[in-house]
Amino acid sequence: MQTPTLFALLLLLILVAYGTGFRRAVSTARSLGGVRNLAALPSYYGLYTALWCGLPALILLGAWLVFDDAIIRAMVLNSIADKPEMISGQNLLYAQIQNLAAGHLIGEKSPELQSAADYFSLLRSRSNNLQAFLSLVLASGLAAFALLRLSPKLRAREKVEKVLRIALIACACAAILTTVGILLSVLFESLRFFQSVPVTEFLFGLHWSPQMALRADQVGSSGAFGAVPLFTGTLMVSAIAMFVAVPVGLMAAIYLAEYASKRVRSLAKPILEILAGVPTVVYGFFAALTVAPFIRDLATSVGLEASSESALAAGLVMGIMIIPFVSSLSDDVINAVPQSLRDGALGLGSTKSETVRKVVIPAALPGIVGGVLLAVSRAIGETMIVVMAAGLAANLTANPLESVTTVTVQIVTLLVGDQEFDSPKTLAAFALGLMLFISTLVLNFIALHVVKKYREQYD
Amino acid sequence: MTDLTQAQVRERIEKGLASRHRKEKLFRGLGIGSIAFGILAVVILFTDIISKGSGAFVQTAIQLEVHYDQQVLGIDKVDDESLTWANFTGVIRQSLRDRFPSVAGRSDKRELYTLISSGAPFTLRDRLAENPDLLGKSERVWLSADDDVDTFVKSLKDSKEGFRGRTSDQKAGWIEQLLESGELKKRFNTTFFTNGDSREPEQAGIRAALMGSLFTLLVTLALSFPIGVAAAIYLEEYAPKNRWTDLIEVNINNLAAVPSIVFGLLGLAIFINFFELPRSAPLVGGLVLTLMTLPTIIISSRAALKAVPPSIRQAAMGMGASRMQVVFHHVLPLAMPGMLTGAIIGMAQALGETAPLLMIGMVAFIVDVPTGVTDPATVLPVQIFLWADSPERAFMERTSAAIMVLLSVLIVMNTSAVLLRKKLERRW
Amino acid sequence: MSTMTLDAAGRTDTAQSEVAGGQLMTNRAAVRETVGQPFCDTAKLRMRNVNVFYGETQAIHSVGLDIGQNEVVAMIGPSGCGKSTFLRCLNRMNDTIEGCRVEGELSLDGDPIYGPKVDVVPLRARVGMVFQKPNPFPKSIYENVAYGPKIHGIASRRADLDEIVENSLRRAGLWNEVKDRLDKPGTGLSGGQQQRLCIARAIAVSPEVILMDEPCSALDPIATARIEELIDELRENYTIAIVTHSMQQAARVSQRTAYFHLGHLVEVNDTETVFTNPEHELTEAYITGRFG
Repeated sequence: MQTPTLFALLLLLILVAYGTGFRRAVSTARSLGGVRNLAALPSYYGLYTALWCGLPALILLGAWLVFDDAIIRAMVLNSIADKPEMISGQNLLYAQIQNLAAGHLIGEKSPELQSAADYFSLLRSRSNNLQAFLSLVLASGLAAFALLRLSPKLRAREKVEKVLRIALIACACAAILTTVGILLSVLFESLRFFQSVPVTEFLFGLHWSPQMALRADQVGSSGAFGAVPLFTGTLMVSAIAMFVAVPVGLMAAIYLAEYASKRVRSLAKPILEILAGVPTVVYGFFAALTVAPFIRDLATSVGLEASSESALAAGLVMGIMIIPFVSSLSDDVINAVPQSLRDGALGLGSTKSETVRKVVIPAALPGIVGGVLLAVSRAIGETMIVVMAAGLAANLTANPLESVTTVTVQIVTLLVGDQEFDSPKTLAAFALGLMLFISTLVLNFIALHVVKKYREQYD
Repeated sequence: MTDLTQAQVRERIEKGLASRHRKEKLFRGLGIGSIAFGILAVVILFTDIISKGSGAFVQTAIQLEVHYDQQVLGIDKVDDESLTWANFTGVIRQSLRDRFPSVAGRSDKRELYTLISSGAPFTLRDRLAENPDLLGKSERVWLSADDDVDTFVKSLKDSKEGFRGRTSDQKAGWIEQLLESGELKKRFNTTFFTNGDSREPEQAGIRAALMGSLFTLLVTLALSFPIGVAAAIYLEEYAPKNRWTDLIEVNINNLAAVPSIVFGLLGLAIFINFFELPRSAPLVGGLVLTLMTLPTIIISSRAALKAVPPSIRQAAMGMGASRMQVVFHHVLPLAMPGMLTGAIIGMAQALGETAPLLMIGMVAFIVDVPTGVTDPATVLPVQIFLWADSPERAFMERTSAAIMVLLSVLIVMNTSAVLLRKKLERRW
Repeated sequence: MSTMTLDAAGRTDTAQSEVAGGQLMTNRAAVRETVGQPFCDTAKLRMRNVNVFYGETQAIHSVGLDIGQNEVVAMIGPSGCGKSTFLRCLNRMNDTIEGCRVEGELSLDGDPIYGPKVDVVPLRARVGMVFQKPNPFPKSIYENVAYGPKIHGIASRRADLDEIVENSLRRAGLWNEVKDRLDKPGTGLSGGQQQRLCIARAIAVSPEVILMDEPCSALDPIATARIEELIDELRENYTIAIVTHSMQQAARVSQRTAYFHLGHLVEVNDTETVFTNPEHELTEAYITGRFG
């Protein structure tokens, strides 16, 4: 039986279970003289039955779907394990077997392969049948069990709510699971990477050319995994972005919060926020095709050497992207500064700008710093703009007109396209991912903490 | 120093006034300048994209007298089998030679053939399949021009010379000839909306990418909204204030600021390598984007729940409702508009996301329109990324057009979120 | 309507009858003209026919009042009567409120307060203000007091600044309490000390007038007594207008008292007269606690 049909069937069973439970409760209630004699409303009895019917069966089905491929694969490969000529290249071999079983393999078919494919088909169909059989039996069996347990004294509502509550908790834990998942996925691959390339070399090496290391004999000895040029490139692009975004964003926020009339504010704010809603790939396109050539032409016209992919173009556009981020965060913290402080300063005869510069900004400083840190973390993790506009060459340079590469660019280039998952080149991407994750996590953590403390101060 | 008299103080204040007011003006000017800079950036960005991309919505077509000659086609009846093998390219070449009889010589002829898109034979095939009677007859058909022709024709209105690129003088002459006789026109580019990706710009469209985005978003919405709302309900209505919930809270806030590419790494390592889900599939893309948008949705849903006044909960509790009933019967319906707004904004964010999808292989060259969540697919932003890398000028135009489509969808989503919030917003 | 007429018996029959009918709170027609002595010869601040609007609503209705040199004038009245709004007109703090519009003639020593050519910066240096809630800047005690002199460029040398800070703190009666911790944040002081710090901050720029907007409403009785003493001392050098919620406080610190009711100035008289023998029914009703 196909999986969608099975799902439909299960769903039907669940509905039937609900209906039966509901009607049983209603009829019991009638013989007792009204619903008030039940421990819960009839619908809860229905839900109770439906949960017994559906939940275990669905869990079983889910587990089956997750694990059956791996088990079948192991069994098929195991069945041909004694034929040494087929041991190497398991992935390819297995794909061939699958194709053969599906009936669209073009090319020669060895008898071993054919028998493996037959075995695969057999297992596949058995697995499907077993899965359908087990889940349907489980569902109907448990539904019957639940119906037997129905009685006017059964506190169905509490039991249903308990299950719901557990489901809610599980959903709330999804965030934790995500973090754990990120940590596990980058940590393990990174550890494997650091087995072949020493940590110190990765952190302090000055040369980055992962392509060199494709040859097995060179791994770890070529010195091609020194990530310093990536770090400096990332820092330079982020610094340029901050150089644009922080003053512009901050001044815009100050103007909107302290000077602008309601009308101007209600017009300018949404326009600035458009910048935040534009997808990064659009900025990347803009940076690569409009800003970078413009900067190159400009530099050439004043006699400077400029690469067509420059840190400046990427940084500039990234800065524009981050302006609304900085301005809305600063706007929040500036508005949190109590009006009484402004009144105090104005009452002494300060001009508006003196009030802002000498009283409001110093008072809002922790919050602003927190916002800027969040913006830095965003700039470091930004990918598409730098992938499209900053370039691939791992130059160790301080010239913003040259092309640089960043951590995120390298992650993308190392992982896009087909690779063996075990090569150090691929693993290096995870090591870079680990660096990225740790640094942004630390920045976020500090920033959120600072902002929280700041808010508490004026609450 | 003795106390300054009030008059002395006054005098000193007066002295500094001019420079203080100058500074005030400067500061104010900087503020206005910053706002102007931001608005200017928006204007430049949009005009740049629109000026580059609007051309892609029209496409150059050439009218040819096509003779469905059995001999040239190499078929004698119209059925699926014969249509597959029929030589429509030969028919088109024949028509071109008939239209420009003066062209002789192999290389000139070969150049002549490049006037018409290499996808044109499929147009003829479809026509013949629809009208089998045409076999052996002639008709005048509008066929897509090649992208070089397209680029050249479109650039003619900017400058007399036009953008030549690979277009030779001879070819330019033919084009002008066709243009004068009305056999060359610009028509609405339906291909752009009906086709998948292609190596040939004039045949490339965004349909496959749009469907990919749609499937990916469906998966994302189906997972992230219920999970996000459930998590928000737990954290806001149930969770005791302890270290465990604090941890979850800090976690959610941190996740909201983790770079999206890291989620891509997670998807690659866990969903593809560990669970062996299919690469390039909207299912995996949706899963990754779910994890990415979950913090946004949880945070906005919590805000919506917080906005429901406690008096409503107390009233329901006072009637003897259980906590679950209070939440599901009273609080949730009131918080729904806020939650929906948050969900739309989260979806808009997911729709524009590119980087994590590159990690899970949604960057492959995919021509077919996906029909389900496990088919290999790409999404609109990734399609933009892929096209932006292509050297052809015609692709730049299509990239900008795809961006315009993407931005329009995003604008619609965000406006509807704002409208929804305005319309359903309740003041307590 | 003219507030220029100094008719002490400016009550109308309707006012009387409606007061008698218990319509005190709601009837605006009850107040037509200010009774008592709103004007004086040594006027430091002169206000005539002042109207204040918040958008469409009128908050102050043609108020005329003089505040004399080295005099403490208390403004009392039920909440929302416009006394704070009126006070904030005197150094144009209402400018910071969007949609607020002030009409009428207001002058300080004959110099107009409102007008296109008037610069609020020196005006506010001449008319200082102390607010309801103590609002020290989140800076050190020294920096709080030095803030005004610094922005106005009053002291050019550090020694001068030190002296201004010390003198101001002494006058505010705070010097002995804080002289050893001038570099500690001003927000770390107690409420009463914070308010005296704000007074020190205001007098550091040598103002001529000090406006006080319920300066003791956030303080405990002991701190309040300390501030009231201080106001009495400050009267020697400054002209003071104080808005207060407490009638006892008005009685203790002021020479003249102005009673506001629903945006109208009802009565101005010597403090003693107001509290012992009020001319207007509304004033009497207020001070005897019939409403407030």
